[in-house]
Amino acid sequence: MLKTHGNILTLTGQPKRHDLISAIVEMYRVAVTHLPTDVVTGLKTGLKKETNPRAKHVLKTMLQNIDMADCETKPLCQDTGIPLVYVKYQSKKYKQLELKKIIKDATTVATKEVPLRANAYDLIQGKVIGNYPVIYFKETEDQSQIQLLLKGGGSENVSRVYQLPDRSIGADRDFDGIEKCILDAVIKAQGRGCPPYIIGAAVCGNMEEASYRAKNRHLLSINQHNPIPKLAAFEKRILKKINALDIGPMGVGGKTTALGMKFTARYVHPASWFVGVSIGCWSMRRTTLHLP
Amino acid sequence: MAVLHITTPPTAAVIKRVRAGDEVYFSGRVMTARDKAHRWLLKHDFKPLHNAVLYHCGPMYEYNQDGSINILAAGPTTSARFNHYTPQLIKQYNIRAIMGKGGMDQGVRTALKGIGIYCAAIGGAAVYYAHCITKVHKVYKQEFGMTDAIWELEVKDFPVFCMMDSKGKSLFAEVERKSRHNRKQLYA
Repeated sequence: MLKTHGNILTLTGQPKRHDLISAIVEMYRVAVTHLPTDVVTGLKTGLKKETNPRAKHVLKTMLQNIDMADCETKPLCQDTGIPLVYVKYQSKKYKQLELKKIIKDATTVATKEVPLRANAYDLIQGKVIGNYPVIYFKETEDQSQIQLLLKGGGSENVSRVYQLPDRSIGADRDFDGIEKCILDAVIKAQGRGCPPYIIGAAVCGNMEEASYRAKNRHLLSINQHNPIPKLAAFEKRILKKINALDIGPMGVGGKTTALGMKFTARYVHPASWFVGVSIGCWSMRRTTLHLP
Repeated sequence: MAVLHITTPPTAAVIKRVRAGDEVYFSGRVMTARDKAHRWLLKHDFKPLHNAVLYHCGPMYEYNQDGSINILAAGPTTSARFNHYTPQLIKQYNIRAIMGKGGMDQGVRTALKGIGIYCAAIGGAAVYYAHCITKVHKVYKQEFGMTDAIWELEVKDFPVFCMMDSKGKSLFAEVERKSRHNRKQLYA
């Protein structure tokens, strides 16, 4: 049986293959039509604080769009992105290969039924083939779950990876340097990636890990507190500085440039410091499906 | 800041009256164009685009039972991707108004000077904009894929903000300049 509570779905019983497929299709439907509460609250709080009339108008329209999508069960945004699927599974209950096939099949069904915009273009065949999910698997001893993240191309295009030191922005190998990278990414993005942004950042010793960990910060609620006090303070400080830039919603000026900022630090290499900055648009579509 | 209702195709006189910061509501025929379309349009002469209002958009749609198209979501896409093609497109097709998101560069600003405007729609507000699209007249170049195809749409009171006017004023450029100044202040 499938239960939906906000953006959390729970599947119970002994689901068969088709039950899993319909649950994942439902996950897509909830994700594209219904924005998580923390994001909606963030936009409402932004509207209260905002004094710039144009910024207010933009935020009001965003909130109106959220209501319309919800009431009419229509996609919040025409760009449903490249589906990012994060799977944690108990190997005694689920097989990775089988889950992969199920997720791909569910994506095909969702593309038609929800619908999703057909975003996967095959360069070799020279045609659009529908949607192709990017799936990350991780074995766990805890409860199995599937998380879905959809972000549009606009915000993906303004995400970046920096290497420290970076003389062009005066960034050295320390927390101040990391901060300068994040601020620079926002300055370069301006209104092109649909602010207010939800930002994920990570510092790591290799490039793909920096971008991967920066992006999977988007799975967290924007209100989730960083358990490491030093990083929690760092996130808070950066968010404040971003909102002092006066880029505002959709780059029209204003105090609401970012709703959230999440950061993680992993091990760096003596020669390599990569800072990943994943910029998420305000339409941060995510859902979690708990599996039995 | 004025509120203006403009019927498409807009006349030169009407466009010259629009100022950066004005709220504009377009009604009538608009044409979409994205990445592939821009390249193609510059190499061909595509009659329906002449004098048209351009909308940077790749709609999401479904088919009705009678085979007609129902637009579900149709917000703007990032205009900056077309910076490079736009000055020539404006010239070749006599474009007087462009709608998109995030703003365009100095080259486009120069190309619009004296003749045209750039207007910003709100990114992600796709259901909101879909409600302003009353009809799909035709979808050209479907071989580009439906997102990249050129859609001829009928809109009613399509709401946007003028961000670059024909006098060369750009609100996005002002915001960018100010944000860079603000960053400097943070480290002063």
